[in-house]
Amino acid sequence: MASGTELTHAAPTAGEYIAHHLTFLNNSGEMQANLIDFGLYNVDTLFYSIVLGLLTVFLLHRAAAKATSGVPGRFQAAVEILVEMVADQAKGMIHSEESRRFVAPLALTVFIWIFFMNAMDLLPVDLLPRIWEGVYSAAGHDPHHAYMRVVPTADINATMGMSIAVLLLCLYYNVKIKGAGGWFHELISAPFGNHILLAPFNFAMNVIEFLAKTVSHGMRLFGNMFAGELIFMLIALMGGAWTGMNAPSILLAAGHFVAGLSWAIFHILVITLQAFIFMMLTLVYIGQAHDGH
Amino acid sequence: MNLNATLIIQLVVFLSFVWFTKNFVWPPIVKALDERAKKVADGLAAADKAKADLANAEKRSMEELRSARESAAELRAGAEKQAGKLVEDARAEANRIIAAAREAATTEAGAAAQKAKDALRDQVAALAVAGAERILRREINAQTHADLLSNLKQELS
Repeated sequence: MASGTELTHAAPTAGEYIAHHLTFLNNSGEMQANLIDFGLYNVDTLFYSIVLGLLTVFLLHRAAAKATSGVPGRFQAAVEILVEMVADQAKGMIHSEESRRFVAPLALTVFIWIFFMNAMDLLPVDLLPRIWEGVYSAAGHDPHHAYMRVVPTADINATMGMSIAVLLLCLYYNVKIKGAGGWFHELISAPFGNHILLAPFNFAMNVIEFLAKTVSHGMRLFGNMFAGELIFMLIALMGGAWTGMNAPSILLAAGHFVAGLSWAIFHILVITLQAFIFMMLTLVYIGQAHDGH
Repeated sequence: MNLNATLIIQLVVFLSFVWFTKNFVWPPIVKALDERAKKVADGLAAADKAKADLANAEKRSMEELRSARESAAELRAGAEKQAGKLVEDARAEANRIIAAAREAATTEAGAAAQKAKDALRDQVAALAVAGAERILRREINAQTHADLLSNLKQELS
């Protein structure tokens, strides 16, 4: 992990370093001032997620184009293992052959794409931001504003965008499987019981359930990746405090190495697990849309 | 943790990638997997069949071997029987030939003996007559004593 010093001519404080690393590069070029501003979009999140998404579909397409029923190569076998795993999970949770034809590929895409986006966390925290800073200042801009966040899943917009897409699919399948009338009836008759007086409470409960599922779906992934990224930054501060060959600097550098190594190794588990959990919840929620209460 | 339009763009991007995977990635891979599963199943079935065929062939070859052995034994027994018969026949033929030869020899010897005996008898008769003639020179007339001589001859035979 590169040191965090020398971001500017005057070394930033730890707080400035962290804040700078947690600021998205949006189309205004300034830090977003308001909590919600739909006039802005995060260039870095979109860039990395689209590049990684393209990498995902490129790799998958390469495997698909060369897929034969003969003896598979290692790459093909690896993709096939993933496909089989996802197909098995989808089969267990969605009892509709026709829906599976769309939802299983969706789950595969979600799993691999999110895995790649999460894996950006394993790059040294300063590597890409530093390169961007060089490019940005070479173009004659203020390096203070060279914001860059490389982990798209540590952006709540990305994770909530995906979980809202899953919500929309749940609504679509609810209407498709149960019919608009049937679904509406379910909304006002479950979970408390089919009675006209209970209908408002049933409806409110269902709305809350959908909201809670969607928010927790997106927030879970965001929270894990944000925390992971933040801890990498805090670890990077240890090496960033280097002031020369003296005992505190050497100790901090050693701490940086040990902590960074162990957190990165642990993070291999976290990124895989979070990608898997997001995929499984996607399947569970869409599967619920197929079952009556 | 600021919300902005990234959310909506990400939503669209996400669904686009899913659309791509659904149309161009999933079907060929699943098709290949299904085909391979079928191939493996067919291969296993063929292996089972080959194994059964092998067992059958082994059984059949054992049967063939056994029947071949049996027919060989039969053949050998037949040949031995025939050889025995041949020897037997040969022996019988030889015996017959020997018996015939012996009989012929006996017959011939009997005839020769008879002939010799006859000749000898004639000669003895003649000798006796000659001897008697010499003894009785004048007193015996061969004409007169023909009966006597003939009786003598008879007695000597």
